[in-house]
Amino acid sequence: MIELKDVRKSFDGVEVLRGISTRFETGKVNLVIGSSGHGKSVMMKCMVGLLNPTSGNVFYDDRDFTNLEYSQLRQVRQEIGMLFQGTALFDSLSVEENVEFALKMFTNMTKAERRDRVNFCLEQVDMAGVNAKFPAEISGGMKKRVGIARAIALDIKYLFCDEPNSGLDPVTSRLIDELLKQITEEFNITTIINTHDMKTVFDIGDDVVFIYKGTNEWDGKVKDIKNSGNEMLTNFIKASFFD
Amino acid sequence: MFSKPEKRWVYIDRTVTEMNNIGVGSLAIVVIIAIFQGAVTTLQIAYQLISPLIAKPVIGSIVSDSSMLELAPTITCLVLAGKVGSHIASEIGTMRVSEQIDALEVMGINSSGYLALPKIIGGLIMIPLLVVISIFLSNLGGIIAGEASGILTSEEYLQGARESFLPYNLFFSLVKAFTYAFIITSVSAFHGYTTSGGALEVGASSTKAVVYSAVAILFSDYILAQILL
Repeated sequence: MIELKDVRKSFDGVEVLRGISTRFETGKVNLVIGSSGHGKSVMMKCMVGLLNPTSGNVFYDDRDFTNLEYSQLRQVRQEIGMLFQGTALFDSLSVEENVEFALKMFTNMTKAERRDRVNFCLEQVDMAGVNAKFPAEISGGMKKRVGIARAIALDIKYLFCDEPNSGLDPVTSRLIDELLKQITEEFNITTIINTHDMKTVFDIGDDVVFIYKGTNEWDGKVKDIKNSGNEMLTNFIKASFFD
Repeated sequence: MFSKPEKRWVYIDRTVTEMNNIGVGSLAIVVIIAIFQGAVTTLQIAYQLISPLIAKPVIGSIVSDSSMLELAPTITCLVLAGKVGSHIASEIGTMRVSEQIDALEVMGINSSGYLALPKIIGGLIMIPLLVVISIFLSNLGGIIAGEASGILTSEEYLQGARESFLPYNLFFSLVKAFTYAFIITSVSAFHGYTTSGGALEVGASSTKAVVYSAVAILFSDYILAQILL
């Protein structure tokens, strides 16, 4: 479980996050939705530690992530997997080396054990047999899958995905969605996905947080989203379907 | 940058890779520059010292001393600032703008240490070696040019070089090489790491890395000469 308490973030005096408090439950696909520029990515970066909140706290299962010692912070980070919008695979490493990377850095596995784990992760994302290819040699959808495999290589507890469907065709998008849902349930992790894609919300979402102008304008269950009574959210959903 | 490495052997492995990239990858250009530098210096010194009163071995002594004291370390490192420096800055800069550095950070890896430290250590080991190779080849170029033009024989060249050789000059040359190696790798890594934006900014960082490294090399060249000579 991840909890945010009154998280605020300002850049040069401009407040981008205006006191967000919410919870993301374990074993569920938690979706963060909202228009571009309203603070979704900044919130995610504050949650994973790429940005320091101006004030407020982020708790990972009661561990105050914003006030941990450096060594403890690194420990929590090893429980985090992240799928970046542009995948952020390491260009100079092959698919196998990308997935193996965290295992090499943080475990004492033998080479054979690492290879087994890499193959297992690649099978999970239906990418078996592409171990030797480099990121430049595979498609956008394949990169996303490898990104997911890399994110789950360690036994993670928290999976963050920033716009996992951006730049993908609708069929591949649905496959990625299904994969994220399956991984969340199979490994019982806390998954948080930033998205604009309302189809993703209705297909795989459990809980939703709607961010509007730096505040969590609405949060609740996916089944309640159409009857939220929130004008901003209703407009966002309508606009998404008209698009 | 200097926190405890996550896995020591991974860093050693990366340092060896960087040594190969910096050292072996730059060998060809260093060989070409060193030979021509020695050859041209020999011809120009001979042109300026045409006099029956000056013994020919003097040409060898001037060329070998100037190669060791100035030409090999400074010219080689100015070229390496362009080749190695721009490569380091653009590699790290591209990793920054494509979120690869963020990916390292999210994993809990000290990204600045992981990316910069192996390059700095690799540079500190390989660039002085390249400078030593450059000193030898510069003299070889001088000998070849002397023989080919009939200005002086290889024996005369070597006689002059041996007579004027001071071990301290080699020490001075290596001090310069270590200093320049640190400047090239650290300045370039810094500019790459602090890149923000996109492809245009990666190019700008790469240019800045080369320019700042070159200026810092020339500045430290003067300071070292002032202090150590």
